[in-house]
Amino acid sequence: DQVAKAMDGKPDSDEALTPYQDVTHYNNFYEFGTGKTDPAANAHTLKTDPWSVTVAGEVEKPGEYALEDLLKGLQLEERIYRLRCVEAWSMVIPWVGVPLASLLKKLQPTSKAKYVAFTSLADADQMPGVRSPFTGIDWPYREGLRLDEAMHPLTLMAVGLYGRTLPNQNGAPFRLVVPWKYGFKSIKSIVRIELTDTRPQTTWNMLAPNEYGFYANVNPHVDHPRWSQSRERRLPNSFFDPNWVPTRMFNGYDQVASLYKGMDLKKYY
Amino acid sequence: MKTRYWTWLAWPLGALPLGWIVWQAASGAMGPDPAETFVKAIGWWALVLILTCLSMRPASQLLKVPGLVIWRRTFGLWGFIYACLHFLAWATLLLGWDPSVLGQELTKRPYIVVGTLAWLAMWPLAATSTRKARRRLGRKWTKLHKLIFVTLVLAIIHQYWVQKSGYGETVVFASVAAVLLLYRLLKDRILVKKQP
Repeated sequence: DQVAKAMDGKPDSDEALTPYQDVTHYNNFYEFGTGKTDPAANAHTLKTDPWSVTVAGEVEKPGEYALEDLLKGLQLEERIYRLRCVEAWSMVIPWVGVPLASLLKKLQPTSKAKYVAFTSLADADQMPGVRSPFTGIDWPYREGLRLDEAMHPLTLMAVGLYGRTLPNQNGAPFRLVVPWKYGFKSIKSIVRIELTDTRPQTTWNMLAPNEYGFYANVNPHVDHPRWSQSRERRLPNSFFDPNWVPTRMFNGYDQVASLYKGMDLKKYY
Repeated sequence: MKTRYWTWLAWPLGALPLGWIVWQAASGAMGPDPAETFVKAIGWWALVLILTCLSMRPASQLLKVPGLVIWRRTFGLWGFIYACLHFLAWATLLLGWDPSVLGQELTKRPYIVVGTLAWLAMWPLAATSTRKARRRLGRKWTKLHKLIFVTLVLAIIHQYWVQKSGYGETVVFASVAAVLLLYRLLKDRILVKKQP
C-alpha cells in the first residue's frame, strides 16, 4: 500500500499508457527464458521476500541491506516513462520507485566513486534461463552507469508499477529504470550495487560490443548493426497497424543532453 | 499402388500450423505486438516444414514406408507457401510496402538479405515441382533440387541472426539439418559401394 500511495493520479505524460496486461506479459528477462511471454509464465518461482542487496565499493556505508532497510526514509514517487527497447518497440509505463540519487546520497559515495555497477540475481534454482546452456550470456546480468547519470533526477529505482508491487517478470522486487537509455540498461532484480572508480563490465556489451555500447542512449541516428533505430513500434499496436512512431534522441528526455556535452555519440553508442 | 489413399494427408497436415497461427491472430491472442509475432511464427514454421520435407526420404527408407516420399513434395510446397507468407506479412504488416524502408532493409540488413535469398532459392523448386517438370528435366531435376540445402543453410543463418541471443532453437535446427545432410552423404556412399 506504500506503493499504491505513490500513485498521485496526475499525468506527467499525455501519451497513452501501455495496459498493465501488456506491460506484464511482454518482457525481456532472459533469466526466465528468451521468449517475450516466458518471464510471465516462469517468474513465479522467484522468491522476492526476503530480499537483500549488497552495497560495496567506494561508499561510506557498505554492507548487506534488507531491501526495506535500504529504502527506509526514502519517498516513493510515481513516474510515467517511455521505455524504448533496443529491438525497436516501446511502451509507456507508470513506475513507482525512489530516485537513485536519493538512495546514493544515503549510501554516501566516496570521492573516488565514478561509476555505479549493478548485478542481478542469477539463481539457477529459481531461474530457468540461467540453467539453459544456450543463452550465450555470462551470468549474472550486469549493468552500469556513470555516477552523474546515476545521480540524474530522472534515474529511478523502481519497486512497483501501476500503483502495485512490481510483478516478478518486471524485475521484482527492485530494479533500475533509466528512461533515456535502451531498456536493457534498466537491470532487473538487483542484488548488488557497487560504486567503482573504473567503468564496470556490462552484459550486452560483453556479449556483442559492436552492437551494444556501454552508454546505450536511445539514438535514432545510430542504427543497430542489424536493424534501424530511427523508429519504433509503440505497443500495443494492432495486426494491420504496427503503430510506428519516430524515435527521439534520448527517447525524448532532452534534459539529459548536458551529460554528454562534447561526446561523439556515434562513437560512444 | 496400395499406399496412395493416405498420401494426400500431408496437405491438411501442412495447413494445421497456418490455421493455428491465423486463429491466434484473429482471436487477439498474439499479445501487444501481433504483427511481429505473426511474422515470426510463420517464418519459424517455414523452417520446420523445410526440415520436415527433407526428413521424408530418410523416414521412408528407415521406416520402409515408400509412400512417405510423396509427402516430401507436399511439405516442400508448404514450406514455400509459408516462406512466401512470411515475406509478404513482413513487407505488408510491418513495413507497409514503404519503398524507402523496404529498400533499406533489403540492402543494409544482412539477416534480411540472407532470408530473402533463402526464399528466392525456393522459387525454381516450386516451379519445377510438378510431375511433368520432373519428367522433362530428368537428371537435371535432381541437381536443381539440391538447391533446397542452400535454402536450408541460409534459413538457419537467418533464424540465428534475427535473435539477440539465446541459441537453443538454432542449435536444434542446425543439428537436425546436420543429421539430414550427413544421412544423405553416407547413404549415397553406401549406394555407390553396393554397385558392382
